[in-house]
Amino acid sequence: MSIQIADHVRDVPRSGIRDFFEIVQSMHDVISLGIGEPDFATPWHIREAAIYSLERGHTGYTSNLGLPRLRRAIGKYVANHFGVHYEPLGEVLVSVGVSEAIDLALRAILNPGDEVLYHEPCYVSYSPSVILAGGVPRAIPTRGADHFVLRAEALERSIAPRSKVLMLNFPTNPTGATMPGDELEKIAAVCIKHNLTVLSDEIYSELTYDSAAHFSVAAFPGMKERTILLHGVSKAYAMTGWRIGFACAPQPVIEAMMKIHQYAILCAPIMGQEAAIEALERGEQSMLSMRREYELRRNYIVRGFNELGLECFKPRGAFYVFPKITSTGLTSREFSLQLLREKKVAVVPGTAFGSSGEGHIRCSYATGLDQIKVALERIGAFCSQLNASKAAA
Amino acid sequence: MEALIDLLQKNALIPREDIARLLDLTTDQVEEEISRLEREGVILGYQTIINREKWDTDIVTAVIEVKITPERDGGFDRVASRIAKFEEVQTCYLMSGGYDLLIVLEAENLRGVAAFVAEKLSTIEAVQATATHFRLKTYKENGAFHHFEPAPERLSVSP
Repeated sequence: MSIQIADHVRDVPRSGIRDFFEIVQSMHDVISLGIGEPDFATPWHIREAAIYSLERGHTGYTSNLGLPRLRRAIGKYVANHFGVHYEPLGEVLVSVGVSEAIDLALRAILNPGDEVLYHEPCYVSYSPSVILAGGVPRAIPTRGADHFVLRAEALERSIAPRSKVLMLNFPTNPTGATMPGDELEKIAAVCIKHNLTVLSDEIYSELTYDSAAHFSVAAFPGMKERTILLHGVSKAYAMTGWRIGFACAPQPVIEAMMKIHQYAILCAPIMGQEAAIEALERGEQSMLSMRREYELRRNYIVRGFNELGLECFKPRGAFYVFPKITSTGLTSREFSLQLLREKKVAVVPGTAFGSSGEGHIRCSYATGLDQIKVALERIGAFCSQLNASKAAA
Repeated sequence: MEALIDLLQKNALIPREDIARLLDLTTDQVEEEISRLEREGVILGYQTIINREKWDTDIVTAVIEVKITPERDGGFDRVASRIAKFEEVQTCYLMSGGYDLLIVLEAENLRGVAAFVAEKLSTIEAVQATATHFRLKTYKENGAFHHFEPAPERLSVSP
């Protein structure tokens, strides 16, 4: 007799990334552009602050909502960076990364059958998290020609009677897309008109380039009360392994999220919370120097792909490029698998981020320049090989 | 051109072509900019950071604090430049605080340092007092570590 897996869990497909990860694990000397985390270790002053807090014996539980000092730091940080003011002790919850906060938020607000809209290509967890929370995911495709911006008209066309939530993620993983302020304002207007709740995952917000400003949807008039703003220290402060994210939202929503969080998780680990205080209060310079580095690498890799004949728009955020590979005649998956087998370069097929990612691959430039160079050379050799065999056929 | 200077400070040997790609410029533009920085004296030179644990290990490095009497005309500058001109002096700063000049000196051996202090430095009329310290070990130099941290391990593919 075997243990029966619940139907709704069994039916959730495995992540397309996991699948790929296992193939890469079985190979040697692979250069990976498939990594969705910074290649920097956490800045030393942040690690040092965590060591100091361990030395002082700070090893216990914290308040379910997170250390009050951290929540105050978050309140101040969000006010400075996003221009939205939250009451730190009532409207902020510290979670185990943004991933947990997404799960909490969806479970706190969805009734069975409620529809959740999101722009696609998108982060791998959105659709499964919606399903696991009893909701119905509905993807709104965005297009490369449009630099993967979500258009208000496309949003409005997708709204159905059960549509309750819109998930936003700008800058976007996997495309690096950002939203100009005026476009975001139109999205906000549609949300107000159709009474949508917005779940805004802004984890990449600091990593916005070309001196462009990041706009938070919560900052537009009438939006704060309908937005759950999600952010964390993972990407901008190179702290993925510390698992610290946070949610800012109206107090009743935070209260509801906290109910689930307290029974499932109790609290985020205190070591990570102490480190996050240092990051938010004194991490600006380290963050800026990492951002400068990403921006240069982005310039390098974008030019590289375009020179190889793989059309690649220059994204203004995150640390991904999303070049188009349709000129090779291969699907995203074929391209990625063949490239991996023949040239030992790992990229992620665009379809891992939803069907509208077909024709693209995601390449992370959170990778040392020396690695990026070799990867581009190998991808170039791979493309010439493909062209040669096409010409011969 | 802050980004250009950052790149050169981290690695002066970085190919011009790479700089161009990183900064989204042409190679000619990069060449031009570097020449300008050199011409204007923003870039004074390019040096190699040597690990003294591995090369010329007998060389003695001393840090010397010097108190001097400023002159009526010219303040510290004339005396400082007179000291700085000695070949053994690698670095010479005017400091705030308890002393005036901080000198980093390299010499063949201890006697070399002693001779410099006794015969050259202390005999300068404006020099009132000196305090000499010797380097025992180097951990970090010009932003470079002598013992590198291995790169953190990461999953090869992650969302």
